[in-house]
Amino acid sequence: MKVLVTGASGLLGGATARAIAAQGHAVRTFQRRPSGLAGEPGFEDHLGSVTDAAATARAVDGVDAIVHLAAKVSLAGDPADFRRVNVGGTGMLLNAARIAGVERFVFVSSPSVAHSGSSIVGDDARPADPERAHGDYARTKAEAELLALSRDSDALRVVVVRPHLVWGPGDTQLIERVVDRARSGRLPILDNGAALIDSVYVDNAASAIAAALRRVDAVHGNSYVVTNGEPRPVADILASICEAAGAPVPAWRVPASVARAAGSAVEALWSVKPGVDEPPMTRFLAEQLSTAHWFDQRRTRRDLEWTPEVSLDEGFRRLAAYYR
Amino acid sequence: MPGAARTPAPASMPPQGLPGLDSRFSRIALVPDSGDAIGTTRGWHALDNGAELDRLGVTPVGTILCVHGNPTWSYLWRELVQQATDVAATGSGDAWRVIAVDQLDMGFSERTGVHRPLAQRVRDLADFTLAIGLEGPVVTLGHDWGGVVSMGWAVDHPELLSGLMLLNTAIHQPSDAPIPAPLRLALARGVFGQATVATPAFLETTLALGHPAVSRAVKDAYRAPYRGAARRGGIGGFVADIPVDASHQSFAELSRISSALRRLTVPAVMLWGPRDPIFSDRYLDDLIDRLPHADVHRFEGAGHLIAEDVDYADALLTWLGDNAARVTTGAARSEQPTEDYADTVATGSKAALVEKASDDAGTGAAASDRPLWHYLDELSDSGETALVEMNPGNGAEPRVVSWKLLSRRVREIAAGLAGVGVKKGDRVSLLVQPGADLTAVLYACLRLGAVVVVADAGLGLPGLTRAVRGAQADHVIGAAPGLAAARALGWPGQKISVTTFPRAVARALGISHTLAELVRDGRGATLPEAPAPSDTAAILFTSGSTGPAKGVVYSHAQLGAIRDTLAAQYGVGVGTGLVAGFAPFALLGPALGARSVTPDMDVTSPKTLTATAVAQAAAAVDATVVFLSPAAVTNVVATADALTDAQRHALAGVQTFLSAGAPVSESLLAAAADLMPNASAHTPYGMTEGLLMTDISLDGIRAAAASRAVGGVCVGTPAASVQVRISALDDLGQPTGEPTTEAGVTGEIVVSAPHLKSNYDRLWMTDRASRVGTDSAFADRRDAGDASPGAVSAAAAAASTRTRWHRTGDVGHLDEAGRLWVEGRLPHVIATPDGVVTPVAPEQRVESLDRVARAAVVGVGPRGTQQIVVIVETASPARRVALADRELTSSIRGVAGVPVAAVLEVPRLPTDIRHNSKIDRSGLSRWAADVLAGGRMRQP
Repeated sequence: MKVLVTGASGLLGGATARAIAAQGHAVRTFQRRPSGLAGEPGFEDHLGSVTDAAATARAVDGVDAIVHLAAKVSLAGDPADFRRVNVGGTGMLLNAARIAGVERFVFVSSPSVAHSGSSIVGDDARPADPERAHGDYARTKAEAELLALSRDSDALRVVVVRPHLVWGPGDTQLIERVVDRARSGRLPILDNGAALIDSVYVDNAASAIAAALRRVDAVHGNSYVVTNGEPRPVADILASICEAAGAPVPAWRVPASVARAAGSAVEALWSVKPGVDEPPMTRFLAEQLSTAHWFDQRRTRRDLEWTPEVSLDEGFRRLAAYYR
Repeated sequence: MPGAARTPAPASMPPQGLPGLDSRFSRIALVPDSGDAIGTTRGWHALDNGAELDRLGVTPVGTILCVHGNPTWSYLWRELVQQATDVAATGSGDAWRVIAVDQLDMGFSERTGVHRPLAQRVRDLADFTLAIGLEGPVVTLGHDWGGVVSMGWAVDHPELLSGLMLLNTAIHQPSDAPIPAPLRLALARGVFGQATVATPAFLETTLALGHPAVSRAVKDAYRAPYRGAARRGGIGGFVADIPVDASHQSFAELSRISSALRRLTVPAVMLWGPRDPIFSDRYLDDLIDRLPHADVHRFEGAGHLIAEDVDYADALLTWLGDNAARVTTGAARSEQPTEDYADTVATGSKAALVEKASDDAGTGAAASDRPLWHYLDELSDSGETALVEMNPGNGAEPRVVSWKLLSRRVREIAAGLAGVGVKKGDRVSLLVQPGADLTAVLYACLRLGAVVVVADAGLGLPGLTRAVRGAQADHVIGAAPGLAAARALGWPGQKISVTTFPRAVARALGISHTLAELVRDGRGATLPEAPAPSDTAAILFTSGSTGPAKGVVYSHAQLGAIRDTLAAQYGVGVGTGLVAGFAPFALLGPALGARSVTPDMDVTSPKTLTATAVAQAAAAVDATVVFLSPAAVTNVVATADALTDAQRHALAGVQTFLSAGAPVSESLLAAAADLMPNASAHTPYGMTEGLLMTDISLDGIRAAAASRAVGGVCVGTPAASVQVRISALDDLGQPTGEPTTEAGVTGEIVVSAPHLKSNYDRLWMTDRASRVGTDSAFADRRDAGDASPGAVSAAAAAASTRTRWHRTGDVGHLDEAGRLWVEGRLPHVIATPDGVVTPVAPEQRVESLDRVARAAVVGVGPRGTQQIVVIVETASPARRVALADRELTSSIRGVAGVPVAAVLEVPRLPTDIRHNSKIDRSGLSRWAADVLAGGRMRQP
């Protein structure tokens, strides 16, 4: 079948497009910048924004399924922009899909849509909750997820995948910032660094999204958190990343209460780069990195008939190879 | 009765929205009053799920008639009404109709303006059940003074009654004991009206008794019908109706009910919250005396408002299910049974087990018919040494006691005890340190048939107090510290001292007799008839290391079976010199005919036992057998350098050495064995509920190590007459598998032996859990109830040949060679998404690293998706709690054999004080869960 992947210029979008193509599908990518995949056989690149009705209609025309990753994830910006891209864009795509008779829709979301700031200890996906989600990104993603699920029907089958803390070689978000900070000796560990954090290696997140597309007929209407299922203390993860990149392992600690209380200070520490594709290091992330965030993956693995292929340690080895 | 209480008011419906109360269940019934006001009709409010059952199209198997006490109302029973209805709706069990009344002048029932003494209240309830046309079978349920009213109804309606259920209540006020102090206060002139009616003080006091505290919303619900003095007349009326003495108006009715109760043979259950300032264990004891066949469960930590403290509804529905055949059939046969029948039925669940036990023992070993005091009779003229006490106190010379003296002393004490009123079946708490006195008193009690209550000092004073109170000793025999504690803490029972105090001290300690007096008075006196093998001999309290201390009940036959198993396993017999450094086995020395010696040690601290003390003890009796606890072994090895050549020579005579209590390492056992070069070293596996289940020798441990098997501590093969099975674990770590002997299956270890416990004392639910799925004891009981008297005996006989099983709570597996491997405790099993993980094997692998001294492997997170955490004590101990460094974490991940989420380093792993070896994994798991969720890095 022919599959439209939006937001394919990002790390996860690109990997997802490849994973879907590897299953034998024709892939059309749709985003504002070239995906970098267009030259390869089986890929077709459409440039444009999901906020542009005409471009969206053209992109959707003739596809059987849509995998929607494109979103505004930056820290700064007008709340209206988040709403326009994340909620409005998703609505535009859903409308176009209905008109074009698209049958399958995979919405890529984030566990933050159901996150209220407290620890997550082995929970399964909870319903998206715009009221309690922190920040414009999470709030609008929550609204968009609810919108997508509200359109789920036998004609248009919608499933939601929420990858948690995606990372891998070439990641400009988490990995690059951690490594940059560590190299300049400015990477702190919040509190004692013992909070258990689950994350997902990019190839695993991509294969999970591909699996959701494969299984959407059976599991539509549901949301699935996707992780490696290997929670580790946050200090452990940061140290592994630094080691892989040959950067000094962080040694100094900042009380998380201080970090959380002064969001701007944390934002300064983490040197926010606005306008990029993945969740930035913000007060929100400070919270994420000092409270436990790990998930019950049993339902995800059972329903999607999927298991992560790349272990955390294998992921760190690949990261080390990338930096060598 | 204060003026306000005379104000009549009609019945009404409770307000909507009270927490946990479905207003569908509320109804008002108009009931003709058969009392002084004949011709009038009384309005009753009651909870009743009858209409709901009709709507569901379900025919109930019977009715539970619930009566609240003072000052609560039918709201107390909301959870039972709800759960019973849920069960009926889902078909997950028998459907019970539940009717919970508000007594007149209480709750939302009518305020009659007329004082209603007990007899009237019993009649009132009968009026109610008649008016609503209640049919049998009926199981009554009462709490507090509602218990009394419900029992009154029960004895008056034998044709309907099929069962009796009680929560904290009382039926008898002993003439020699004052009523509980809080009630004395409430009844005091001037206080009474104020406390009960004019102000809500009595109500508020009762609502404050919840453990944990009752929520504000629930308290408000209890208060709802008692807003204003005019509505509280009934509360005052109830308190005024407490029959403080024989002259009281209600005394006769109370006596009538309490006497009639003894004739009831219907199944009965009592759930008790011991933290009750009013209905203390004393009243439970009295009720057990009247209904000896009742199943009893004391919820340690729960109090007067037990219905708020614990899931009583589930417990009661479970009990009804277990007794379904009897409680769901017509009750006519339970009235006035023939003597034979009464005897059989009255033995009920508890006694039937004892009976079975004695039969088991009879088939288990030929010597079992010998009473425990057999050698005290056989060797009563022997001048040979029976006992040596190395340090009788104050640095005195060792005390040597011959068989002749011990035998005579035991008889004298037994007769003396009988002389001061100690009878067969009485519970005697022993607070005496191991030694000659304890041995003599113990065998005297056994000979009398008094039930010996032994609680380990390692429980600590609070644990000990809970244990002694729970067991409700009738007598306490102790030395100074024990009796002082008994006095200070108000332990029940007549106090007998093993030492003689000045009169004033004796009076201060409440001592009524001394051992010396007993010996003097018992000289030449005739002994009462000896107890039967099936009679209860002892209640031993568990260490509490694996939960709250539990009283474990043993019959004479079962203790005899322990003796016989020890004799067979370790070759201890007449003339064997035995160093008794492990209390439970040590006391059996005289029963074995052995010459036993108590080494010089502080028994409350076994780790203070030195090698020299053991050697001196061994020399004193030419010991060939040495029993020690693991903590003692550690210290003996550590102090071996101090041994002289003569002492080493004495130890060289030892042929069998036993470290009992918890598994010890091969290296420690080997080091101890080096001190006894001619001894074969053993370590048994067992528990308070079954003291010797398997055994392994040092050679066996080495062979097991060489087998390179993965998974746990090898504890050897079953001892003589012991059977071991494994109940496999499901994905959540629950032992749901049918017990099997198949090799390689990991699950809960289930054991059977003639010397297994009879049951837990007053812990019906715990006892049930320890046997569930291992035998058909419950079905047997139900069948027995259904059948004719003859068939009952036949069923009992059939049951007696069946094997009793005990779920140990330990997890392990059997190997191809039939050896048992222990992998941890059931609550410590980690339920990961990839299946269950038992802690011991990964701990051993982690401990194989040089940097690691000790390790604990625990789970964090919800069961089924738990993550594995390793907590280590390093060879050079960490100064503070922290995540382990990268290198250590990495090497631990490398060897653990299971996915490890995190490694934490601590200065010291917390262990159970008594054994100094069992790691508190449950506590560590809670601690790690907090730390790894972003909590503070505090000490575990």
